[in-house]
Amino acid sequence: MFEYKDFLIETDKFALNIGPSHPATHGVLRVLVQLDGEIVVNAEPIIGYLHTSMEKYAEFRTYHQAETITDRMDYVSGASNNLGYILAVEKLCGVKAPKRAEYVRVILAELTRISSHLVWLATHAVDLGALTEFLYCFRERELILDIIETVTGARMTPSFYRVGGLAMDAHKDFFDKTRSFIKIFPEKISEYEALLTKNKIWLERTKNLGIISAEDAINFALTGPSLRGSGIKYDVRKANPYSSYEDFDFEIPTGETGDVYDRYLVRIEEMRQSLKIISQAVENVPEGEYLSYDEYPQYVIPPKKRALTTMEGMISLFKYGIEGIKPPKGEVYVSIENPRGELGFYMVSDGSAFPYRMRVRPPSFCNISALNIMVKGHMVADLIAIMGSVDILLGEVDR
Amino acid sequence: MGIEEHLGDNIITTSLDKIVSWGRKWSIWPATFGLACCAIEMMTVASSRYDFDRLGLIFRSSPRQADLIIVSGRVSYKMAPMVKRVYDQMPNPKWVIAMGDCASSGGLFNVYSIVQGVDRIIPVDVYIPGCPPRPEALIYGITKLQEKIEKGTLKHEDPPQILR
Repeated sequence: MFEYKDFLIETDKFALNIGPSHPATHGVLRVLVQLDGEIVVNAEPIIGYLHTSMEKYAEFRTYHQAETITDRMDYVSGASNNLGYILAVEKLCGVKAPKRAEYVRVILAELTRISSHLVWLATHAVDLGALTEFLYCFRERELILDIIETVTGARMTPSFYRVGGLAMDAHKDFFDKTRSFIKIFPEKISEYEALLTKNKIWLERTKNLGIISAEDAINFALTGPSLRGSGIKYDVRKANPYSSYEDFDFEIPTGETGDVYDRYLVRIEEMRQSLKIISQAVENVPEGEYLSYDEYPQYVIPPKKRALTTMEGMISLFKYGIEGIKPPKGEVYVSIENPRGELGFYMVSDGSAFPYRMRVRPPSFCNISALNIMVKGHMVADLIAIMGSVDILLGEVDR
Repeated sequence: MGIEEHLGDNIITTSLDKIVSWGRKWSIWPATFGLACCAIEMMTVASSRYDFDRLGLIFRSSPRQADLIIVSGRVSYKMAPMVKRVYDQMPNPKWVIAMGDCASSGGLFNVYSIVQGVDRIIPVDVYIPGCPPRPEALIYGITKLQEKIEKGTLKHEDPPQILR
């Protein structure tokens, strides 16, 4: 007589290697997956394929030169990374930027957040088979990059901030372009949502997938939309406001279950909130200086006009170019809300013109650690959906 | 391809050369192979404003179906064997574009972990400067590569070897 268990096929576990060159790993992530049939038993991310030794490299650059490295760290949201870095250096020097510079920084950082979420949505949707979404998202991303380019001169790597302000004053054209963008963008978000939010295929492929509970999310030190998708209302912009974020009125969107779909909804809503911040900032930008040179002449470069027309301005600009700024001895930690989560900079100064140590707390690096418990028990095809929903950027993971 | 080796250079083979080169020129299929910042700009070129497809470029997910590899970003020593492997998996004829400063020469990152130019491991046809290059720059690089392909022949040529 046969019993039921005799008909079951016994399967061995086997290893599947995904990446580092795989179209859906968003860069050079390699995941070593252990499979039982089609079920993921264990998924181990192997990182380091883009290691650029940026933290070490920053120790041989002056404070302003090292800013350019932070662009290449999280290359989809350059202006946001620059903000974290420059706030850390400003705290080290005890410098405060004028209100106008802070507002322009907020506008740039929030524009970058939208463009970063657009890249995420585009690639995530392509991974799950929605190619149209890619074309839609990149269409609007180009508009944002145009705005960033008008004021900073670069598309992805602005390096526009200086200690105590901005490199140049933001001109009228920048604000006009931003205003026209604010006008058209809300209906574009509805357009993205029309394709996905109630789409049967999208729901099937994202709902109840990669669930991470609020407790686990905290234990794994998740931040950003990955944490908020699990229902925790933590945002550095609200919890510990920097760069005049306390002036703006905005909500922190949160999810309920912490699945892939919730993280998607959180990011879509975050784009709307960012737009709200931008529109408040554009309307309320104060007039005045864009560099606090008068208050802190020992750390802040002189405004361009002063440097070209006055003798002492010229001398001090030359001095900053040759020697760099020399913050007092000390160490600081500053964290900001990057599109991916909490981005922290820990800077140590020994009083010289070069940072003694720059340590970065990258959000992607911490978020990727939770990948294993998110994918356990799911199909191997869902691994791609889950991996995409965490929004990992390998430039930031490996640094 | 075979037959032209027996016929030598005459009107038939050179005419065939022209036709085939023209065909190759307008159907370059790049491999979906992104490394760092430049990969985002590479994606942008495929998107609506710049529209790669009008030049006949379609991204292929498998290197076996591709004949162009755009090395888009910094190549670390850990990644270098994989870049070489992807290149080796591509069928002949194949071309390489080093996109951006990092892929061309190491660029900004003269550090212990970055290969100082991808031409140390695979032969490069077109170098595109910029950090990252604008999408227009990549399109210009593609047109330069098309000019190069146009002058190519059918004769079987071993890909250039790196003597290092």
